[in-house]
Amino acid sequence: MEFKLSKSQNEIQKAAWDFARGEFDKNLALDLDKNSQFPEAIRKKACDLGFIGIHFDEKYSGGGLGVIENALLAETFCRKDSGIGIALMLSGYASECLLRFGKNELGKIFLPKIAEGEMISAGAFHESDKGFDLSAIETHAVKEKDEWVITGSKAYVINGRNAGFYIVLCRTDPAGSSDADLDLSITEGISMVLVESDRDGIFFETMGEKLGSRMIETARLTFDQVRVPKTNIVGKEGNGLAQIRAFFNESRLLTAAMSLGIAQGAFDRAIGYVKQREQFGKKIAGFEVTRHKLADMAIKIELARLITYQAAWQCDHKKADEKLSCMAKLYASQAAVEVSDEAMQLLGGYGYMAEYEVERFYRDAKIIELFEDQKNTQKNLVADALTGKSGKIGK
Amino acid sequence: MEILNYTKDHEAFRGRLQTFLNQEVVPHINRFEKEHLVSKDIWKKMGKNGFLCTNISKEYGGMGADFLYSVIVAEEIAKINFTGLAAPLHSDIIVPYINSFGSREQKKKYLPGCVSGEIITAVAMTEPDAGSDIASITTTAVEDGSDIIINGSKTFISNAVNCDLVILVAKDPAIENKHQALSLYLIDADTPGFSKGKPFEKMGWRSQDTGELFFNNCRIPKENRLGDAGMGFFMLMEKLQQERLVVTLGAVFGAEYMINWTMEYCKKTSGSRSGKPLIKSQAVQFAIVEMKTEASLGKVFTEKLVADHMEGKNVVIETSMAKYWTTDMAKRTALRCLDIAGNFGTLEECPLARAWRDVRVTSIFAGTNEIMKGIAAKFMGM
Repeated sequence: MEFKLSKSQNEIQKAAWDFARGEFDKNLALDLDKNSQFPEAIRKKACDLGFIGIHFDEKYSGGGLGVIENALLAETFCRKDSGIGIALMLSGYASECLLRFGKNELGKIFLPKIAEGEMISAGAFHESDKGFDLSAIETHAVKEKDEWVITGSKAYVINGRNAGFYIVLCRTDPAGSSDADLDLSITEGISMVLVESDRDGIFFETMGEKLGSRMIETARLTFDQVRVPKTNIVGKEGNGLAQIRAFFNESRLLTAAMSLGIAQGAFDRAIGYVKQREQFGKKIAGFEVTRHKLADMAIKIELARLITYQAAWQCDHKKADEKLSCMAKLYASQAAVEVSDEAMQLLGGYGYMAEYEVERFYRDAKIIELFEDQKNTQKNLVADALTGKSGKIGK
Repeated sequence: MEILNYTKDHEAFRGRLQTFLNQEVVPHINRFEKEHLVSKDIWKKMGKNGFLCTNISKEYGGMGADFLYSVIVAEEIAKINFTGLAAPLHSDIIVPYINSFGSREQKKKYLPGCVSGEIITAVAMTEPDAGSDIASITTTAVEDGSDIIINGSKTFISNAVNCDLVILVAKDPAIENKHQALSLYLIDADTPGFSKGKPFEKMGWRSQDTGELFFNNCRIPKENRLGDAGMGFFMLMEKLQQERLVVTLGAVFGAEYMINWTMEYCKKTSGSRSGKPLIKSQAVQFAIVEMKTEASLGKVFTEKLVADHMEGKNVVIETSMAKYWTTDMAKRTALRCLDIAGNFGTLEECPLARAWRDVRVTSIFAGTNEIMKGIAAKFMGM
């Protein structure tokens, strides 16, 4: 058993760090966060350097590498800047559905556009402002000749109107029956359909300011009889719920890795501060309680790193484990909240001010913790696995 | 048996304040948050309706009321989930310095305006290099004939933009003992040599005009010294008990607000396809019960301290404990309520988002929670 990154993984990490240090300007980040603007110029450069889509196959213009390499990028970028890091790492959000489930031409068309910087993507999964249960969705896609006709509305769509395409979770009916025949209580018959954002009948509405991750727009989408070709089905018809579950399994690792980076970045800033700040005639790094706080923070970061890397490694070795992936997200995101919270406390009044960055790391940590699904939902999945209600699921 | 006994007069006051806040303040909160400022006419309306400085005697325009009126103001402001209108800071933390230590002339000059809202106050202690360690400030006050000349800068000052009057902590550079060098001064905002910075961008309290104050050969008459020369540190220490109590009240009432909101949200929100409301989830129920338990413990402790404080008891150890514990509790409550709200909690449209951003500073300001523990340890003889 060997606990270390490979030489090439170390090189990727170093390249990511050099890129982030060169491009993620602190004042730019403060402005982007304040004005809710996406770091578009940096994204383009990240694409040019091959950072975006590093986990896509080479035939899709990707780096041909794994979930773990993508996680290393997420950690490194978010360590330098939580907001820009999240925006870059989620710029291809849900495109993994094409990578993992697309047995057709969709991946060849769209994945290179993500990796080469031509567009960003989004997942349109959740519906009401208030619900969590994806098996209860009501957006439906009806087959008409060679097309799907999609009607319904989606909420919490990150990347909002900026996305080039959406992976839309829809209720489909294999028999092609009319609306009236759809039984909304059944969980079968849910599919993923790719919808290009320039199709007729899509309406956008921003969901307004968020508590964190403000560089990314979150929108409500309405589909009014939106027509896409039948071939826009992603993966297998009727397999949407299994696919979304497998996708979340992978995306949770990305969330865990971003959280890890946020925790590390907040910690870096706290260490820097306590080593130079003097009160009562000595550096505050010299106070016993400060030192113990630092120790506790470092322990959380190390544990978050271990479980995140392990879960990502398993994902790359065809041993994807939903339980471990949920554990990694739960633990790492909680660690990020706790570490950035303590970092703010160490910075005192400065910690509360935007200029000192830690407050943004803290807000970004919290929103990442709430991202995709509820903490209780993830605990339920862990408990299901522990009590035998569900087993491992394939990649 | 109630710990605090509210009379009919108290409840009538509460009713008037509730109506006022909902009619005059709530509709403007989003604008204030954007502008990083509460408009001055809200302060004047608060004053006109008798909601500021209720404890000031009738002689100076106040009600001469007991501290329970301050408790009511803290509670009702917490219920509208709005921190920008720092009335408790003005009424119960800053103005009491003038009321307790001011000369009769100073009181006549300033207190009626403080009560009416014509004068908004700020207290200037913290400096860029002196936060927790307040005795190490470097802003100087040097006598020059019948005047005093002030030089230095202050930071993280609440009401920095709106303030008309500043209570300043400055040191006499000629005195070596750090604690004996500090005095308090009253600075009118239109004094030459005094200037204000822009409000800071910060995590929360966005309507609060927190900023910097600058003193550049700022000349004030000697009569503007508040209390005796060299007594600044001791006057600050004396008033900190009430300051911490006010912060504690905000934390407890804030936690109650968040728990109530979350309960209502979970009653009307479906957690699953079956349509079962979130409130029926065992994990949600236990979380709410745990949070409510903590808030109730905090409230009982706080009410006891209010009663002791009203009797004039020294409860410096207990108020330090209460300030640290209740503000951490309110923060924990905010984080857990957000977890329950999930997706909706990520939107600023959800009141929990602002409540969380606002509550976080309470573990830092008015003496960090680490300082609170240090004070308690010291007074407990450790």
